[in-house]
Amino acid sequence: MASMGELAAGAVAPLRAGKNSDRSPQSILFLIALWVALGFAVLCLLTLLIDAVLDGLPRLDANLFTQYASTLSPETGGARAAILGSAMVIGFTALFAIPLGVAAAVYLEEFADGERWWNRLIEVNIQNLAAVPAIIYGMLTAGFALAIGLERRVVVTAAIALALLILPVIIVTSREALKAVPSEIRQGSLALGATPLQTVWRQTLPAAVPGVATGTILALSRAIGEAAPLLLLGGLSFVTYDPNGLLSGYTVLPIQIYGWVQQPQVEFRQLASAAIIVLLLLLLLMNAIAIIIRNRYQRRW
Amino acid sequence: MKRMTFGHMTIPAALTLTLVLAACGGGQEDATDAVDDATGAVESAASGDAPASDAPAGDASGEVVVDGSSTVAPLTSAAGELFTQENAGVNVSVATSGTGGGFEKFCLGETDISNASRAIEEDETAVCDENGVEYTELQVATDALTVVVSADNDFITCLTVEELATLWGPEAENTITTWDQVNPEFPAETIELYGPGTDSGTFDYFTGEVNGEEGASRADYNASEDDNLIVQGVSGSANALGYFGYTYFEENAETLKAVEVDSGDGCVAPSPETSADGTYTPLSRPLFIYVSNASYADKPQVASFIDYFVANDAEIAEASQFIALNDEQRTALTDAAAALAG
Amino acid sequence: MTATTADGGSLLGAGPGPGAAARDLARTITRRSNRVGEKFAMALITLAAVLSVFITIGIVASLLLPAIEFFSFEDSPSVVDFLTGTRWAPTFADASFGVLPLITGTLWTTGIALLIAVPFGLGAAIYLAEYASFGVRRVLKPVLEVLAGIPSVVYGYFALTFVAPALLKDILAIDVGTYSVLAAGLVLGVMIIPTIASLSEDAMSAVPSAMRDGSLALGANKMRTVLRVVFPAAISGITAAIVLGISRAVGETMIVALAAGTQARMVAAPDQPGQTMTGFIAQTATGESQPGTITYDALFAVGLTLFVITLIINVISIRLVRRFREKY
Repeated sequence: MASMGELAAGAVAPLRAGKNSDRSPQSILFLIALWVALGFAVLCLLTLLIDAVLDGLPRLDANLFTQYASTLSPETGGARAAILGSAMVIGFTALFAIPLGVAAAVYLEEFADGERWWNRLIEVNIQNLAAVPAIIYGMLTAGFALAIGLERRVVVTAAIALALLILPVIIVTSREALKAVPSEIRQGSLALGATPLQTVWRQTLPAAVPGVATGTILALSRAIGEAAPLLLLGGLSFVTYDPNGLLSGYTVLPIQIYGWVQQPQVEFRQLASAAIIVLLLLLLLMNAIAIIIRNRYQRRW
Repeated sequence: MKRMTFGHMTIPAALTLTLVLAACGGGQEDATDAVDDATGAVESAASGDAPASDAPAGDASGEVVVDGSSTVAPLTSAAGELFTQENAGVNVSVATSGTGGGFEKFCLGETDISNASRAIEEDETAVCDENGVEYTELQVATDALTVVVSADNDFITCLTVEELATLWGPEAENTITTWDQVNPEFPAETIELYGPGTDSGTFDYFTGEVNGEEGASRADYNASEDDNLIVQGVSGSANALGYFGYTYFEENAETLKAVEVDSGDGCVAPSPETSADGTYTPLSRPLFIYVSNASYADKPQVASFIDYFVANDAEIAEASQFIALNDEQRTALTDAAAALAG
Repeated sequence: MTATTADGGSLLGAGPGPGAAARDLARTITRRSNRVGEKFAMALITLAAVLSVFITIGIVASLLLPAIEFFSFEDSPSVVDFLTGTRWAPTFADASFGVLPLITGTLWTTGIALLIAVPFGLGAAIYLAEYASFGVRRVLKPVLEVLAGIPSVVYGYFALTFVAPALLKDILAIDVGTYSVLAAGLVLGVMIIPTIASLSEDAMSAVPSAMRDGSLALGANKMRTVLRVVFPAAISGITAAIVLGISRAVGETMIVALAAGTQARMVAAPDQPGQTMTGFIAQTATGESQPGTITYDALFAVGLTLFVITLIINVISIRLVRRFREKY
């Protein structure tokens, strides 16, 4: 009589006999369908990249980075104002969004009593905010700027709009990072006499930094590609100077691309493609940095 | 968190590196002075200093804020670019809110110069008076408002003003939908219409001349303040028609065809000559910039820009493919500008 | 992992983490801190969290106030006319403010987008979760993440310069003009494939392997297991993914602004141009808007409609997730 062990082994064996041991036509068709689905996504990505690169590579020259946009001579025009503008706006966006987002995440994760209705309200609220369309954040910031007398078409307003946009994302990812820190760390610190705030500041948060950094960089890379909120803030104008301060006019890469794509002349198409290549490279760089941080510094508890 | 191995992460990093290197090495063409100056400026700009310290500097510095007609905008932008090459400290920003939109901001004192493809109207003058904004009107170019179809369109060469009115009048909305309703000889294809939005001086002028009343138009067409969108739309379909300033046709002459207009004396094609001698009617019109007297007096960079514009008007018009003024109009311009300065 | 698709991470449930235990412990040990600095710091971080509530209030206020103003002009439509009218011509002499044309534009683009994104996204998710080897997944998940990270203006450029002229007109011989809801919808679909794929894949990976093993042990082949066991078990997460995809498609601006057109009409076929709610907002915002006029406020009325629609979609999603969620 077969023992339990032999029965079990017999039952397990077919599972290991081969990943796709079923050869029925439906199974094969199903697998092919899945491959097609996956291949479609990859194909779209490749087509998009190749299309942009083929079109824009001729214009990927020094002029792109050093010249301003030109309506007279698009062959020598460039995206200088947009590149510097993007850098400046993202810098301030990070400055506004990261402290606020991390602070809110700390409160929700470390101090808030999850049973109280107001804390639950805050959590639901953040979930809702993450799903609000980007252009509505532009409308919010436009209204806010008008209310306090701030000019709409300046760098600081753009930074506020983008910071509000990515705030929910930063809060959620920071919470996840904080959650991943084991409670022994916190308990040890408390046991040694530290206050909860000291514990957070000196133990929990530093331990969560890689996760927070990864999430933040990914959120910022989303902000760099956003144009919709900035359209409402008067972002679509012809700018031929470097941004020089919080209250300076500006343009950013996505908006410059938007403007160029709408011009039918082929030189502008090329410029748009070249600017797209620059933007995609920038995003690739940010994502690579995020992945490096995640791999090198992520601790396994 | 998922673990991704070091090996996998090198792929995006290597890709980035390769592409960045390719980009940097990808072409050092163009040895104009501007590039050399600008390269020096990039270093200083990247470290946060004021830009272009090496480029030739005029005396003026500051901002010149321009808004208004998208028809006139390329002209003013060209003037701005040429001006900035000699006065690198000045920022000329040109927005395109439409002639009407531009006047709204102008009469609130928000802009220094307003581009306009029609003359200012009474109710707009009233707002300017209310807010104490005094202005000077300068005609800077002439326009032959052009009706265009795609270069692939093979059934339209000439349209009478009556046919245009049938096509664009308010009664045509949802009724005139195929080309054979405009002219029985045309094929029974769906009409696609592109045109400026209602804040555009081009819209006001066209509807006034063709439909008899400014602002009277069918509403079911692709409206856009950006004439480039009209170019894109019309050139992409053989059954499309649109209208805008002559410059936009000139710049896209390979993909578009200008429709000849017959106002009773035969078909006339738009061109600088027919516009100047008046045979291209009723769609010839003047293009203006309105300068805020206060801005001219208080902001030296605005005064400098306007003086430059007026002095080099002919070159600027030629560079941006606009129809330049004739001698009579040029004299009027210099007189008006002198009055402004004096 | 949910950290990198943080849009919907929280939708799949934020349960109490290890911090919770320490939190409660902390509360019993030190009720209140006596140090002034700490009180101040606590106030600050509480304020940061409460800020999110202010943001929502701000959004509602910044949309509602101009929208109310919109309905209070003398030539304003009534709310009913606004919501049910079929002519949208806000700037013309005989203006009409019926928002239905814009809603049909949004419906068409979103519908076409879902037709693309749901089958391809779910297919990709099933493959990645159930069939892909570790090596394949290592390469393909980042591909999906890259697709997710591409800015929407790039997708819009792609729609206008490749999909409409080359793909639709030349290769597929569909008679579209420069602008059409089809071109915009197709690219919109490609944009939300990663959203649906990532979240569905997370949901399916979270199904305990005991269920799979049980099904296989009972003699079902892999396909049956996936379709009859894993998929239904993950249905709550998959629904959440699809609904999130819908709300992203509805709220997307740049693709439709570049590729769908500016003609607000009751769209009746995919090869027609049309204007979506977001497209109208973008067009008006970059146009002549002056605060206080009825055409500017129309922008906010449409924005409010959009906000309410996405809110409803979000609430439905939370309800569905809660209803279908299975606890393992």
